Amino acid sequence: MTLQAAPTTTAASLQTARPEWLDGLWLIVPTLLIVVGMMVAPLAGIVLVSFWSQTGFDIQRDWNLDNYRILFTAEGALYRILILKSLWMSLTATIAVVLLAYPMAYFMAFRIERAKLIWIILLTVPFWTSYLLRIFAWKVILGFNGVINSGLKFIGVIDKPLEFLLYNPASVTITLAHAWAAYAVLPIYVSLEKIDRSYLEAATDLGDSKWKRFWRITFPLSLPGTIAATLLVFIPTVGDYITPTLVGGTSGIMIGNSIVTQFGKANNAPLGAALSCVMMLAITLAVCAFLAVIGRKRLKAADI
Amino acid sequence: METLRKHCTLLSLFAVLYLAFLYVPVLLLPLFSFNDNIYVTLPLKGFTLKWYENLLANSSLQAAIWASIKVGVGVASISTVLGLMAARAMTRYRLPFRRSIYALIMLPLVIPYMVIGVSSLVILRRALDVDLSLWTVGLSHVLITVPLSMLVLMARMEGFDRSLEEASRDLGDSAWTSFRRVTLPLVMPGIVSSLLLCFITSFDEYLLAFFLAGSETTLPIFIFGSLRFPAKIPDVLALGSLILMVSIVLVVFAEWLRRRGVAGSDSSVI
Repeated sequence: MTLQAAPTTTAASLQTARPEWLDGLWLIVPTLLIVVGMMVAPLAGIVLVSFWSQTGFDIQRDWNLDNYRILFTAEGALYRILILKSLWMSLTATIAVVLLAYPMAYFMAFRIERAKLIWIILLTVPFWTSYLLRIFAWKVILGFNGVINSGLKFIGVIDKPLEFLLYNPASVTITLAHAWAAYAVLPIYVSLEKIDRSYLEAATDLGDSKWKRFWRITFPLSLPGTIAATLLVFIPTVGDYITPTLVGGTSGIMIGNSIVTQFGKANNAPLGAALSCVMMLAITLAVCAFLAVIGRKRLKAADI
Repeated sequence: METLRKHCTLLSLFAVLYLAFLYVPVLLLPLFSFNDNIYVTLPLKGFTLKWYENLLANSSLQAAIWASIKVGVGVASISTVLGLMAARAMTRYRLPFRRSIYALIMLPLVIPYMVIGVSSLVILRRALDVDLSLWTVGLSHVLITVPLSMLVLMARMEGFDRSLEEASRDLGDSAWTSFRRVTLPLVMPGIVSSLLLCFITSFDEYLLAFFLAGSETTLPIFIFGSLRFPAKIPDVLALGSLILMVSIVLVVFAEWLRRRGVAGSDSSVI
């Protein structure tokens, strides 16, 4: 055994002349190149462009703060309202998603003993089917001649379709809450599943009631997953474009629509770039505020 | 145990209602796709397959499907190879700045696609003057699917016993041979599910394609365009039902594969 192993050992000791992690670095460099080329550089680019200006079809590389001045003075009040509205709509949708997802995740973690896999698959299937079509389904439900209106008319509850169902912020929020539901269940489920069951037994043995036990042990330990779920839903939905376009109407538009307009019809890429930067900033601030409220200790535990 | 049962009922009821909330809106699409009425409205009229027949005659739809399949297959292959390499680097080596690298690769998951889309557009068009095509769509799709692939494969790689690989090395295999003969077969289910997840993500992605496809049309772009014309909606419903069916089959297969090996430790996978 020792004799046979000898040649490989010398080879290995020769290799250790250079640090082993260099091999690992080569493996990860291609991915890093993609991330830098397709994300870091573009993000840096858009920050640059936001300091330029547009005249006609050309972008002037004249460094100035005009775009930001527009966004932060009376001229840009509409944009600011739109950003706040988008944050608010996403927040409402996120709260709805997390409140609905938590009991579901709890059910899966503590009540299902066998066939957990089937429940996980059941939850993930609608989430992997076309996003576009999930959103469109709500147009079919809430529309002027949609399922609710035509159904109610058919059974004689109403004579005229209810117009308040579609094309407003509420319809966008409901649709977002549905489209992102499954994103929240899995992270919460994972952190509930990790909880050491003996803690729960200990709490019961020490005389805690079911509710007390939940608030003292289960809920705090499930916070990492709940925080992850909140961020996973909140951050992408602020910039959503498909949902407000399909079910938002004029009153339900979000900041994403406005950014698309600047890069398209309005042909003002620098202003669009500045809007994107301000949106990112607003999201970051909102997330920081949220995490500050939760507390730094918990943040560490969440390992985000 | 009996008291536990009592608590179960309310929560079980909620779980069932929750699943209904998830599924009912989606299942309306197939329901109306067989309805013999150009308007999507109740009561249902008669059964028809004509919307499905329309799909067969629609050549621009077929071109869009073909474009999306091309992009999806390319993206899935590239992302899975990159994800495999990255996952191995993360699990097998003590990389310097490991956490920062991990966070950087995961970052596209938490940046709104809107921002990724417009900023890529600006860089590609204004700075590099690249012509927009399916290639540019593919590149951005690789960016958003690599983290998915890496997550799936890291979970898979963390699960197995490193001593198997060491044994193979001790018996004289080269690093590459032991990877091919020992690691790869163990990671195979992860590779298959990574391919499927990346494909489905790319196949379904609208916003990045909208910014970066130029004059080309992928399937989501085609669908989004059709939704503006009421006369085309029944066709879209038929198309949507078909996509639904295919993706359900793919996803169930992928999930089954992914979870099969890590049933005990699926806590490490999101």
